[in-house]
Amino acid sequence: MKRLFADIGLITSKDLKIELRSRVLTNQVAPFALMILVLFGIALDADQQSLRNFASGLFWISVLLCALMAISRSMTIERDDEALVGLNLSGVDPIAIFLGKTCAIAIQLLVLEIFLGVGIILLYRSEVEDLWLLVATGLFACIAVSALGTIFGFLASGLGVRETLLPILLLPLLLPVLIGATRAFDDALGVAAINGWNWFAFVAGLTVLLTGVGAGANYLLAEN
Amino acid sequence: MSVVKLEGLVALLEGFPALTGVDLTVNAGEIVFVKGPNGAGKTTLLHLCAGLIQPKEGKGQILGHDLSSERTPIRKRVGLLSHSSGLYRDLTVLENITFWTQIAGVEKSEIDNRISWALERMELDNKLQNQKVRSLSVGQKRRASLAVFIVRRPDLWLMDEPHAGLDQEGRQAVDDLIEESVKAGATVIVASHDLERVLNLATRVVTLSGGAVVGVDHGGNK
Repeated sequence: MKRLFADIGLITSKDLKIELRSRVLTNQVAPFALMILVLFGIALDADQQSLRNFASGLFWISVLLCALMAISRSMTIERDDEALVGLNLSGVDPIAIFLGKTCAIAIQLLVLEIFLGVGIILLYRSEVEDLWLLVATGLFACIAVSALGTIFGFLASGLGVRETLLPILLLPLLLPVLIGATRAFDDALGVAAINGWNWFAFVAGLTVLLTGVGAGANYLLAEN
Repeated sequence: MSVVKLEGLVALLEGFPALTGVDLTVNAGEIVFVKGPNGAGKTTLLHLCAGLIQPKEGKGQILGHDLSSERTPIRKRVGLLSHSSGLYRDLTVLENITFWTQIAGVEKSEIDNRISWALERMELDNKLQNQKVRSLSVGQKRRASLAVFIVRRPDLWLMDEPHAGLDQEGRQAVDDLIEESVKAGATVIVASHDLERVLNLATRVVTLSGGAVVGVDHGGNK
């Protein structure tokens, strides 16, 4: 167990170090996210109240689109010079590879969520009514997105499927996370009279399920 | 004692038969040279021995483990030097070697010694150690890959074109490493087009054609 956690830490820190060096998150993903928020605002040509009402959905659509970039990038660094073959040969537990890469993507998405959160407050004038609900949903939903993204990234690599297919495979399956997280955010931002904590529980359950299924699937992929 | 024992092994690549019934036994301490034209199945054979490919038919044992059902323990004990560097481009040479040493589960107390030894053996000086992999030349990258390869000290060395991209000194360093590893108890299988150089090192020469072994001869190192 100690070895498993040590390997997860090694893989996560390696991925984050590579991302910090390449600056893809800061120079490409973050501006892309900001652009989505601004373009949605312009396209909807809405007044401030409408934007506030749509803020949760726009926030999570932005996160999902940016997640596709982060997942694709995470798989590319393993594929570029066949480093993934080395990982498989190193004897490291496939579950550690899966969780290590999931953690690295989740940390990047968390940073992005903070950035986007500030974006919707400044651009859409959203107001936070339940900070804890916002933080808890943001944390669990980004883990769910990262877990499903990582397993589909490995599947796409293993099956030789083109990267362009990743959104088609992944986005429909992320729909429950999108719905749950948006509803919880609606309550946290005070734009819907619903119990957001129920929706948070739904997202948290999905997170546990997707992480478990992802770890198991990656183990089977590595063995076969 | 046989380290590699393959009987009628068939392996598919993208649905096409890359190995069509390989029979091969490699004993401990041997240096076996695998030759053959492009597409003969040399690389697939090495990947199969590394436990990266599931055999379709036939029986196989690597280091006493069944090739169909015990591929995880096989992977832990073999080293594969392939055409690709297997390195992370945005990390430095030293960061790469440190990562691969740690992830291989080398004892903490031994990590620094192993890394220093590997860097010294592949003549990667301080300046090169701190350079990002993406800025290295082909030969320097090959040296870094070799350092990562030897730092794990595998029991079975599987080397695909190990001399590719190296200068004369580098090629000699690879030959010396192969001979030293065998003295230390390892077994080596090399696929190469550098016939003259490898023939002198090899104890046996296996010729592959069309995915099957078509000849086995003695090498220059009997």
